[in-house]
Amino acid sequence: MRPARRVRRTWRGDFEVRLPEAERELLVALVGTLRAALDGDVRAEPALRRLFPPAYADPADEPAEAEYQALVHDELLASRRAALDVLEATASRDRLDEAELQSWMTALNQLRLVLGTRLDVSEDDGPLPDPDDPAAPLHDVYHWLGVLLEAVIDALED
Amino acid sequence: MVARASIAPAEVHEADVGEVPLTDVPWIVLVWNDPINLMSYVTFVLQKLFGYSREKATALMLDVHHKGRAVVANGTREKCELDVFRLHEHGLWATMQHDT
Repeated sequence: MRPARRVRRTWRGDFEVRLPEAERELLVALVGTLRAALDGDVRAEPALRRLFPPAYADPADEPAEAEYQALVHDELLASRRAALDVLEATASRDRLDEAELQSWMTALNQLRLVLGTRLDVSEDDGPLPDPDDPAAPLHDVYHWLGVLLEAVIDALED
Repeated sequence: MVARASIAPAEVHEADVGEVPLTDVPWIVLVWNDPINLMSYVTFVLQKLFGYSREKATALMLDVHHKGRAVVANGTREKCELDVFRLHEHGLWATMQHDT
């Protein structure tokens, strides 16, 4: 039997979120950790590199890349913070509108990108890590974020 | 890159006519495979940002997954920079380059 859906679209067009209190608290804690990291030197933190990728892959375009980063870096940072703010502010709510749930989606994805980078995950990783691995609890969190993100996407696509 | 200016303009004058400066060549936006983003997420984002059908977005996502990358958009440098920015906002690994 499939467990009850964590997130679903209601007949009114908004979304119902069914999450245990502990999971909501974990979301808020993860947001706090990432926000603190974003307040630091984001270019110096390797785990954040996936949040601020280069736009120009060709080394010959380096001047354009520097120009681009100077133009958009702060805006990208602000956009990241805004999504995290929405997730934090609405983490305890049972009902979300579509814009709020889209912010959940991008915020959850940010958390996965940073945690996945930190854990150096590969595509072949199964959902269940070796329980003796000291990083096993973090792999569990990473997997849980993926399940939650899938639930959000399913609901938005409904 | 912009071609270096000739020191003997008389000799290249004819050849210059009709040549399109490299800066006018349209650009392409690529999305690269990565081990973190979910396939469903990539498909959803491509639909949301570019208005692609579910079928087209899924085909592009599968190209990214199997071939390592896919061209998801093209146009002027300014348009492509905006597309890359929106893809980065959504956490996709996107870059842009000249369509040569």
